[in-house]
Amino acid sequence: MAARAMWKGRIRFGDVDVPVKLYSAVQDQAVHFRLLDAKRKEPIKQQMVDPETGDVVEYASVRKAYETEDKELVILDPEELAELEPPESREIEVTRFVPLEAISHVWYDRPYYLGPDDNAAGYFALAKALRSQEREGVARWVMRKKEYVGSLRPEGDYLMLMTLRHAGEVVPASALKAPAGRELDEREVRMARQLVEAMSGEFDIAAYRDEYRERVLDLVQAKAAGKVIKFPKAEKKTEEKSLADVLERSLQVAKKEKKSA
Amino acid sequence: MPEAEGEESSAEGSTFWSGTISFGLVSVPVNLLAANRSQRTSLRMVTEEGTRLSRRYFTAADLKPLDSDQIVRGYELEKDQFVVVEDEELEKLAPERTRDIDLRVFVDTRELDPIYFERAYYLTPAGNSTKAYRLLARVMEETGKAGIATFVMRAKEYLIAIIAENGIIRAETLRFGEEVRTPEMVGLPEPTDVKPMDVKRLEKSIEKLAQKKFDPSELKDGSAERLMKLVEKKLGSGKDVVKAQDEDDEPSDVIDLMEMLQRSLAVRDSDGDEDSAPSRPAKKPGSSGRSSSKSTATKSKPAGARKSQLQAKSKAELYRQATELEIEGRSGMSKEQLIEAIQRSA
Repeated sequence: MAARAMWKGRIRFGDVDVPVKLYSAVQDQAVHFRLLDAKRKEPIKQQMVDPETGDVVEYASVRKAYETEDKELVILDPEELAELEPPESREIEVTRFVPLEAISHVWYDRPYYLGPDDNAAGYFALAKALRSQEREGVARWVMRKKEYVGSLRPEGDYLMLMTLRHAGEVVPASALKAPAGRELDEREVRMARQLVEAMSGEFDIAAYRDEYRERVLDLVQAKAAGKVIKFPKAEKKTEEKSLADVLERSLQVAKKEKKSA
Repeated sequence: MPEAEGEESSAEGSTFWSGTISFGLVSVPVNLLAANRSQRTSLRMVTEEGTRLSRRYFTAADLKPLDSDQIVRGYELEKDQFVVVEDEELEKLAPERTRDIDLRVFVDTRELDPIYFERAYYLTPAGNSTKAYRLLARVMEETGKAGIATFVMRAKEYLIAIIAENGIIRAETLRFGEEVRTPEMVGLPEPTDVKPMDVKRLEKSIEKLAQKKFDPSELKDGSAERLMKLVEKKLGSGKDVVKAQDEDDEPSDVIDLMEMLQRSLAVRDSDGDEDSAPSRPAKKPGSSGRSSSKSTATKSKPAGARKSQLQAKSKAELYRQATELEIEGRSGMSKEQLIEAIQRSA
């Protein structure tokens, strides 16, 4: 079944104007639990409470406050917060294009598909142009009163908008100092490289399933049916030896597995 | 008390897990820290007078307050029909995998489609040697490979890619295939023919805005900046500014992630002949109590935890610590019982 568009907008840069529809590219598969009253097995209610008096504070009189490092609270009125909201807009403004992969994965947040809205020819031409240029655009837009920064990138024949985390929300690897230590032993480096190569393969997303999720669902069904639940047993780990020995043995195992595969 | 849905994200920045990465028979002990920090500008809920509010749970029918030990986690089988599931049961479903990130295959990092990337964590060396860590980092970086593994943390299975950059290893959680839609599933139309002339024109427009590098300062948060301006204005005038009372439970999650990461990466080989740094530097005098209350200090050294120190913690913190230690029956324990159990298992 086709998904419903979440939002409509227009991609804008230079004299380019391509109308698009936006769709979520992810679907929630998580097992959701609810918090229950242990005695009555009924869902419970969550409320905000003044810890000093124990009184429940109704939603209408809950205020928001910014807490400073000196533990000062700056109370912000609903009107003041409303004034901070970005003006509504349908524009997905592309400010820049960079080579694909110039934006580190650590910034990636959520992927959305863009689909054509009216002008299909313009849409597919833009996807093709980005693909042939191997570039992605840095875009800004306002959706549901929130400001987003994202990457406009080609995904096959289509366009994708990947929301990015804001500056300051991620610690980039370049800001960190790598762990130090004695010079690595070249023989160990060589063996480790061989091991990584022996264990190399293609990335096949279909080979991975959330088995734990399936076990959780099985557990729930078993409990509901009043069955005895069998839990898997933990495996014992073997003790450690010197790194070179372990690499050596690992290599032998990896090579043998490769041969038999 | 079972953690509510979405609790994980509130612990952003302080997420802490220790275990091992293994490839072949080699194991690399590591700590895991979120690379994302919670937004500086997240707001607190307060009363009109500025008293910080707490979230409390009540029975739905008659609004009686519930303690954390009167709350369980339930799965809704049919409408209003629940199966109670204990934390311990969830844990037992994955006994062998909670402490081990077992790399099964190495793939070209470029083969990983960005659509799968979810969240980044840094892995920092644990234990008293960095050798295996540095070895893995160097080899992965030189070969351009990422290690793929699945593992279970906090009642959720993760598919992760282990990637090395600048000598530092990080884990990117990946979405499972079933979590990602294809263009067909979304119902995007079949591609239509495009005029080469149109593509040419678009390429020219793209080139005009092209740059070689990406500058993260472009990711500035306009809303947050406007909010901070308003906050500063109000602080200047003193309007609506109140001194926060001390909180006894639920200390806020403000920690300096950068400092924590740097400290965690600064582990040195203890068997080496280089300058011997202390395995864990003393707490900086400037760092406040709340910054260390539940991160490095508690998790890395539960063994030294004295009763008085434990007593000072909130029940939620103790519960988290009990989860780390995999203490059985913790969901039904009182604060006192949690303290005893933590002391026993430490």
